[in-house]
Amino acid sequence: MINRIFAWLTDGAHWQGYDGIAARLIEHLGYSLIAVLVAALIAIPLGLYIGHTGHGRFLVVNLAGAARAIPSLGLLLLAVLWLGPRFNGDIAFLLPAGLVLVVLAIPPILSGAYAGVEGVDPDARDAAKGMGMGGSQVLRHVELPCALPLIMSGIRAGTMQVIATATIAAVVGLGGLGRFLIDGLAVRDTPQTASGAILVALLALSVDMVLAMVQALIVSRGLTGRYKRVKTFDPDAGVTPPAPALQHVA
Amino acid sequence: MTWLGDHLGDILGLTVRHIYLAGVPLILGLFIALPLGWLARRYKGLYPVLIIGTGLLYTIPSLALFIMLPFLLGTKILDPINVIIAMTIYTVALLVRTVADGLGSVPEEVNQSATAMGYQRVRRFMSVELPLAVPVISAGLRVAAVSNVSIVSVAALIGVEQLGSLFTDGFDRAFLEPIIVGVISCVALALLFDGAILGLTRLATPWQRAGEGSS
Amino acid sequence: MMKRTRIALAVTAVAAMIGVTACGSGSGDPLAAGTSAAKAGTGTIVVGSANFPESALLAEIYAGALSAKGVKVDKKLNIGSRETYIPALKDGSIDLIPEYTGVLDQYFNKNAKATTAGAVYAELKAALPSTLTILNKSSAQDKDAVVVTKNTATKLNLRSIGDLEPVAKDMTLGGPPEWKTRPTGVPGLKKLYNLDFKAFMPLDTGGPLSVQALKNGQVDAVDIFTTDPSIAANGFVILNDPKSLFAAQNVVPLITKSKLTPTISTTLNAISVKLDTATLGELVKEVVVDKKDASVVAKEFLAKNGLS
Repeated sequence: MINRIFAWLTDGAHWQGYDGIAARLIEHLGYSLIAVLVAALIAIPLGLYIGHTGHGRFLVVNLAGAARAIPSLGLLLLAVLWLGPRFNGDIAFLLPAGLVLVVLAIPPILSGAYAGVEGVDPDARDAAKGMGMGGSQVLRHVELPCALPLIMSGIRAGTMQVIATATIAAVVGLGGLGRFLIDGLAVRDTPQTASGAILVALLALSVDMVLAMVQALIVSRGLTGRYKRVKTFDPDAGVTPPAPALQHVA
Repeated sequence: MTWLGDHLGDILGLTVRHIYLAGVPLILGLFIALPLGWLARRYKGLYPVLIIGTGLLYTIPSLALFIMLPFLLGTKILDPINVIIAMTIYTVALLVRTVADGLGSVPEEVNQSATAMGYQRVRRFMSVELPLAVPVISAGLRVAAVSNVSIVSVAALIGVEQLGSLFTDGFDRAFLEPIIVGVISCVALALLFDGAILGLTRLATPWQRAGEGSS
Repeated sequence: MMKRTRIALAVTAVAAMIGVTACGSGSGDPLAAGTSAAKAGTGTIVVGSANFPESALLAEIYAGALSAKGVKVDKKLNIGSRETYIPALKDGSIDLIPEYTGVLDQYFNKNAKATTAGAVYAELKAALPSTLTILNKSSAQDKDAVVVTKNTATKLNLRSIGDLEPVAKDMTLGGPPEWKTRPTGVPGLKKLYNLDFKAFMPLDTGGPLSVQALKNGQVDAVDIFTTDPSIAANGFVILNDPKSLFAAQNVVPLITKSKLTPTISTTLNAISVKLDTATLGELVKEVVVDKKDASVVAKEFLAKNGLS
């Protein structure tokens, strides 16, 4: 079986054409990137606002929990059945499915951004105010950088969710790597199905690794450095920012 | 909404199956994750191995896992056991890290006091570390429960009946009502699981409530 | 100490809860269906269906008639495509499934040549694996069909599948995912009619995706079943199939030989006598358009024909 999967994956013919692995990979990345981007553009400002002002905290806490409970397959089928007939051409399935991806990516990103700002050390905030910073300055220069680890882990969790759901979107006629799963299932082509599964898992892993690297690059050294020291040398030093990913991916 | 009224019995039957398919893996997963999480905590070298390993498992898309298991295990294609095993894998993947971190959240002083009081390793684990880790483990369990309920619905695509069957049935007939009812039932069931775990956790951690008033 | 007892209590409570659910499933609960093949012994017939409404409806009709005759029946509907449910039939997950003679013949027989109802039936019967058998076919037929919109048909002057030959290279064909490789799908269209479509878009089994995709122009031609009421509702045009790619497709029960009893064969043969293409179309319409339950439509059909 492993040989057959390997043979399927390394067969050049399976990589080419509009329905080859390369094209499906790009489609999958494209759907996911756009969905996460749109979701982040909505969720991060909203989360920062809620964390900064405290307005709508109730909404975030409940929304994040409830959203995880939404069955993505049901939402996908509902969206395509209901919205699909309202559009013409290639976007007829793409737009409803894309909408579902965005909707599913918003809650983790929103709660990451909110929790990030909420969790900022009040002393740091006070100090910034004491230095004469206004509300928006505090947000930009103190709260946002301090919240970055959690914002990033929210984005990572949202991205994983989107990549997984984009796989199921093949059921409603979309492209992406899910095609190999659905098409392989339809004809019981196990090497094809297994290859699809492996490709999606690899894609999810690589994207998460890239995001982890981005996170390491953009999170202030003051934060990460202090975090390390807290762990190893100085148990009494200030507030420990919560370890990223621990809370949200788990 | 006449469809709903005519199908309450069917929906209940599907709900029972859904509870079974999502609930059993939760229990199995917890019992597998406890020793693994303990190992990860006990032997520091194992922590990254176990955490990365289980994290890898979680990236396998559910549909792929459902389809592949019969080939890997030799089970029958339509056997619900495939779904149970897949969901158990996801539960373990989520919980190993939570258990390890939960045990890690127990203050070292507490462990040292227990040791000083003469608690042996196993007894200390059962009566000190595990109870104190319950709140963290429970939080992980709630996440696993809610996502299990959601993921199980995908099994409709491989012909295993549960609430997700309402999605495919509705879709095949371009019929919105069963899909809407199915989505709402799934969410309600997830909240029910969540509430049940929350309730059991409160039962198991009376000291937390004692602290609530003062803090 | 107190704490430990509490935890133990909580754990026991959860375990008990699950235990109850699990036990409940063992006694007559449909949950057991998947494992029932082994458990239920020879008495129970597990009826399966493919993942489209007509197949589920036919399965309900078979199941309803059999239980009326005192046969113990379990249902496992909407399993998937033929490539999935035939293995399920072989491994004992299901015992009986409504089938169509032509496509089933092509599934078991790489060199299937027959096109007429009788010849297809005979060819299929000879090609079946030794563990499976078919009962009498009904006169009811439901075929795959290459369907286009009225607009496309008029504009390109399309009457038969062969007329697509010069234009196919600019067209996208839609169909169920399995059409990409099935002999009755893309490969057959190429072999028999020399059609090379620009692209193939995997959709669903003649369901709402296929209908929508054709309507909104995502595909130019699509596979929809001839009994589908949406063809008439949308003014779609079925292209003729003069070379009989889609050979005679009579509804026929496919069953595991070891499960077959005289009661079962008389009951199912009596159903096949009462089914014809027009009736089947009517029944499908009740399920798909009027949104009635397949089980209800099946029950009414059986009652009307004195089969229940």
